[in-house]
Amino acid sequence: MLDSVQAETPVLAAERVSKSFGAIPVLFSVSFDLRAGEVHALIGENGAGKSTLMKVLSGFHPATSGTLRVDGEEVTLPPNGQAEDMGIVLIHQELNLAEQMTVEENIFLGREQSRNGFLDRAAMTEAVRKMFLDVGLDISPKARISSLSIAEKQMVEIVKAMSRNARVLIMDEPTAVLTEAETTVFFAQVEKLKAKGTAIMFVSHKLQEVQAIADRVTILRDGQWIATKPTGEFTLDAMAQMMVGRELSDLYPPMNEADVDAERVLEIEGLTTQNIRNVSFDLRKGEVLGFSGLIGSGRTEVFEAICGLKDIDSGVIRVHGEEVRFASVADARDAGICYLTKDRKEKGLLLEQEMRPNMTLLALPRFVKGFMIDRDAEQEALARGIRRFDIRARDPKVKAGDLSGGNQQKLLLAKIMEADPKIVIIDEPTRGIDVGTKQQIYHFIAALAAEGMSVVVISSEMPEIIGVCHRVFVMRDGQIMGALTGDAINETEIVRYAAGLKGEKHHG
Amino acid sequence: MAETTAGETKNSRLRNFDFKTMGPAIALLILCIIGFSLNSAFLSEGNITNLLTRSAFIGIIAVGATFVITAGGIDLSVGSMAAVIAGIMIIVMNNAVETLGTGVATVLLGCGCSVILGLGAGWVNGFLTTKGKIEAFIVTLGTMGIFRSLVTYFADGGTLSLDFDLRGTYRPVYYEAFFGLPIPVWVFIIVSIAGWILLNRTAFGRYCTAIGSNEAVARYSAIKVDRIKTWTYVIQGLCVALATIIYVPRLGSASSSTGVLWELEAIAAVIIGGTVLKGGYGRIGGTILGALILTTIGNILNFTDMISNYLNGTMQGLIIIVAVWLQRADWGRKSSKE
Repeated sequence: MLDSVQAETPVLAAERVSKSFGAIPVLFSVSFDLRAGEVHALIGENGAGKSTLMKVLSGFHPATSGTLRVDGEEVTLPPNGQAEDMGIVLIHQELNLAEQMTVEENIFLGREQSRNGFLDRAAMTEAVRKMFLDVGLDISPKARISSLSIAEKQMVEIVKAMSRNARVLIMDEPTAVLTEAETTVFFAQVEKLKAKGTAIMFVSHKLQEVQAIADRVTILRDGQWIATKPTGEFTLDAMAQMMVGRELSDLYPPMNEADVDAERVLEIEGLTTQNIRNVSFDLRKGEVLGFSGLIGSGRTEVFEAICGLKDIDSGVIRVHGEEVRFASVADARDAGICYLTKDRKEKGLLLEQEMRPNMTLLALPRFVKGFMIDRDAEQEALARGIRRFDIRARDPKVKAGDLSGGNQQKLLLAKIMEADPKIVIIDEPTRGIDVGTKQQIYHFIAALAAEGMSVVVISSEMPEIIGVCHRVFVMRDGQIMGALTGDAINETEIVRYAAGLKGEKHHG
Repeated sequence: MAETTAGETKNSRLRNFDFKTMGPAIALLILCIIGFSLNSAFLSEGNITNLLTRSAFIGIIAVGATFVITAGGIDLSVGSMAAVIAGIMIIVMNNAVETLGTGVATVLLGCGCSVILGLGAGWVNGFLTTKGKIEAFIVTLGTMGIFRSLVTYFADGGTLSLDFDLRGTYRPVYYEAFFGLPIPVWVFIIVSIAGWILLNRTAFGRYCTAIGSNEAVARYSAIKVDRIKTWTYVIQGLCVALATIIYVPRLGSASSSTGVLWELEAIAAVIIGGTVLKGGYGRIGGTILGALILTTIGNILNFTDMISNYLNGTMQGLIIIVAVWLQRADWGRKSSKE
């Protein structure tokens, strides 16, 4: 009797939890519960609030309102991962392992066993060996982390969590970086953990995997709870539809008709690099071309390769019909092709510098008069960029790092435009920025295309791909799975291609 | 209330400004006052000229180091590089006496030789760090050892001396004055101005700063990172060559102890001047003040018996640590919190 009551009480539960960052609400009264011995999948589009919910459940973010319960008792989780002591472990997508240390050292990091003041390596190695035996893992405790495959690293991370008596494992897209074979091995381990009574929260974009491993599924959309049901009650298509089902509002500008006879400004044939295989497509003048697919599907690498940032193994690139191969970003820029990175803090802007040097950095040769930089011309460029892209800074001398995300993105756009490109590739144009600025950026994109520029939009947010693009290519595992035009551009179709439910292995 | 807080922020900003950009100038001023109060001869024309001349070597090398450090690199080999260049210069000039005589031609040959060696050595450092993908610290630690042992080998463990008659021809480069200032000081001034323009007013300088701030951003912004970084080492090499050209006539010799610890003094001058060691922010003006500060400390110790001259290194070390501590501590933020 008592046992069954305990089995019913969720190990970890969120009740009507809301979360805002500043004035921006991200989660609206979401409820979620995890029972011992189950895998509960959380799905939703990028920006639906999945990671925020995960972080609230593991104590990394405090909830703005609502209740968290552990074993039915109301709690406030300690911050910064200290919830691990309560048995609640979040496994980040970027794993937290010390690469140059051994498996055993990593698992016991911070609570090493010692005898007479010296490390008791034999005991720790033996303990790790036993843990690995339990989950059926064949890794030497003395192996260096850097020598392991990603799947093995993930398992080490999980074993590390288990060795700290984790009762709740929260995993952020654990299979995103795994191959199919590795995923099978990984799922076998998950089944074992489940049998031992661990509660597992599993976030994934791969719906087939969700169907294979999860007992229950919860769907979030735009920060709101949509449904929680046993996995058996969903079909894959139903999941995809519930994830996206939304009307497009006037967030997006009216789309001018694409001219199907316009000149082909960029043609790619059979582009192959380390992570992409045989990618072919073309881009027309005045067109907005979308590249959709999951994170890690190779979208960024295609364009980094074209712009001379990644090595090309084979393939043909033609710009205005002429075959080219850019050795550097400068060559691509001079040919009128600019790539706007998705990683604006790490690869886009000099955060410690003012707006002016950032604005002119890409096109700096244009600002050199004689031997020196023409500061007046730079100042004009800054004024022009601020006006054209509505960059709002309290004073023009502010450091780029102190601008809001939206203004940083506008500054990046302005920086790219100073080089006067004919082809612009914008990677994740609206990552981490608010709705108002998003709308502005969509209008900028439409305006650029209307002026005759060709724009490629790489995005994980399907509504924006649908809202701004004339044509869409969907990538998966380094290949183009399909091309969509006109009415065929809808979220269900994109999800089908991206999740591998449908694929024609598109070749140009 | 609101007015008080506004006043406080203004005040703290002022303090921030002081320590970050005016700090080295104030420090030099304080040192001069101390020097003058200890001995009024400190501000005599002769001593000032002497001080400036002695600052010139480290100062010129430090201007080059400012570029390397601003672009996120480091060059430990400069002292040894100066020694080996001086050694080879002397050997070349002594051997040229027979054919070219002891005139200006031989000296010019030596100078040209120095410049070529400097550019070449700098290029090797740059090439190994960029194309070889080895950390600058390791590359230049290696070349430091190589250059040092080469000069010892050339001098056969002893001293390489310049031909006596040549010394007479070359001597004015160090000892003569031109419009009231010794020639080394003129070279220092010209290198400083050229360095300042290059760092603050040209695309190259902007690229150095961008690379030092964030190499990935620089790469994505169409900057040829490897090429620019190599150039900073080449500039460093050129600066070492110029410093060597004005150093050789001073003693007319080179040995294994020539230029020992110059690399540390140059880096110290750069850091005291406010350039950030991890790159991304460089100040030529600060570097020059830094070089002057280091020389002034030694000079003051010569003037007074209070502290032994043997403690010169201690004083310099203290100044470096205090200077960086003043730059790091965020005075503005701290005071506004309180």
